[in-house]
Amino acid sequence: MRSPEHGAPLDALDNRQAFAPAAFFAATGSFFFKTFVITELEIRRLSHDFTELITRAVQPALWLLVFGEVFTRMRAIPTGNLRYLDFMAPGILAQSVLFIAIFYGISLVWERDLGIIHKFMVSPTPRAALVLGKAFSAGVRSLSQAVIVYLLAFALGVHVRWSPLSLLLVLCIVILGAAFFSTLSLIIACLVKTRERFMGVGQLLTMPLFFASNAIYPIAIMPTWLQVISHANPLTYEVDALRGLMVVGGVNTYPIGLDVLVLVGATVLLIVIAARLYPRVVA
Amino acid sequence: MSVLETKDLTKRFGDKVAVRGLCLTVEEEEIFGLLGPNGAGKTTAIKMLTTLLPPSGGSASVGGYDVHRQASEVRRVIGYVPQLLSADGALTGFENLLIFAKLYDIPRSGREGRIREALALMGLSDAADRLVRTYSGGMIRRLEIAQSMLHRPKVLFLDEPTVGLDPVARDAVWERLGQLRDQYGTTIFLTTHYMEEADSLCGRVAILHLGEVVALGSPADLKGALGGDGVSLDDVFAHFAGADLESGGNYREISRTRRTARRLG
Repeated sequence: MRSPEHGAPLDALDNRQAFAPAAFFAATGSFFFKTFVITELEIRRLSHDFTELITRAVQPALWLLVFGEVFTRMRAIPTGNLRYLDFMAPGILAQSVLFIAIFYGISLVWERDLGIIHKFMVSPTPRAALVLGKAFSAGVRSLSQAVIVYLLAFALGVHVRWSPLSLLLVLCIVILGAAFFSTLSLIIACLVKTRERFMGVGQLLTMPLFFASNAIYPIAIMPTWLQVISHANPLTYEVDALRGLMVVGGVNTYPIGLDVLVLVGATVLLIVIAARLYPRVVA
Repeated sequence: MSVLETKDLTKRFGDKVAVRGLCLTVEEEEIFGLLGPNGAGKTTAIKMLTTLLPPSGGSASVGGYDVHRQASEVRRVIGYVPQLLSADGALTGFENLLIFAKLYDIPRSGREGRIREALALMGLSDAADRLVRTYSGGMIRRLEIAQSMLHRPKVLFLDEPTVGLDPVARDAVWERLGQLRDQYGTTIFLTTHYMEEADSLCGRVAILHLGEVVALGSPADLKGALGGDGVSLDDVFAHFAGADLESGGNYREISRTRRTARRLG
């Protein structure tokens, strides 16, 4: 009783005509075009009203100004040759992106209650493009966090790498991280469907994801069981990539290629799952 | 030629049967109404026809395509206006249309023209560049109809198109829907629980009660079957669906309808 379309993530590719490359490229092109239309929608929303982005500057400011300054003076956490503030700045960037992205799914619950999502589902847009478009939307929103954290880092004298290549790569990692956690959030929204339950699950996830990572202390000082969890936590790889790219003297624990591979792989996996779950939202 | 056909279309949620053995045929350029109280299965039926819900049994085709096996093809030939007010309030009217013009693959060169045409037909040209959150309920509804007709669908589905609208706004929506049918030959399939709406707009109606069709025909025929003069469609409805108009609806549905009404207020 399953329609092939309900399972397949790329339903634009379902009309494949015996591996004709032209048809394949047309379908792929159409898929990404639709994805960016969904992202364009978010950019247009923000261009009319971006006050929300500004209020979000508060949280990373508190972490860096209060927590960061205090722990830098305590010298309680071994961070090698890096000053503690330099060590934690990339972690706080990743964390502030995580905290926003993990609640991004609430917009899906909201759009479902308003009926907006029904119209998108009735349009000939592949489900995976709807999901990926939303993931990139969260990525666009997270860029404001990057700006805020860089401004704070500059003000606090963190030794930031200002080379355009470093900045560009940091932005790519930030978008990737936001895409991963917002897709996780969309999956939760597809499963729980109501605002109250969604907020509950979101709260439940954020702190463990944050503390079971290398965001504010190195994995090496954790007890073994926590190290195991941290190694399975995509946030660890996001922070690791950012630490190497963002601050002077920042050292990667893993090769950056591995960080990117883990993030991309995990995101693709979640996109596929979310595209399968998406039709549930309107059922 | 029939543009929409259902055969024993059925939807079960657990043990509950929401739509039971629905058999309907709708001809091209018809305005067809599915009538029933809250909880009669109207929304479930329309969700199956618009590919949002897979049927539990039976089959349905729209524009010659099976809603289940050829969902992607069906989506290209239909438009859908959900019951809830679904235009994006944070965008302008024009932007709302632009996004959907792109999703429906209307080529870049024709986009602006199509959008202007749809705005004009729905009487929204002057409001195109205003944010939708400043629109009235009737304007939002007409904008949504404009959104759903950009790609010239064969069949336009509307779920309770005038719920929560005041009489003036409601009349405007009816008038525009009639124009849409006359101008583009669009078949219109709507659900409603307003007898008046069915009476003034629909060529034929099916009365749905507890998931089953209990009467089918033109409003005049149905009234005639009950003895002609002085019979209103309300009487017909009470006759076929039983006087028990409180039979359906659940907490969530009611709260949604109220919320929609509040947004309009």
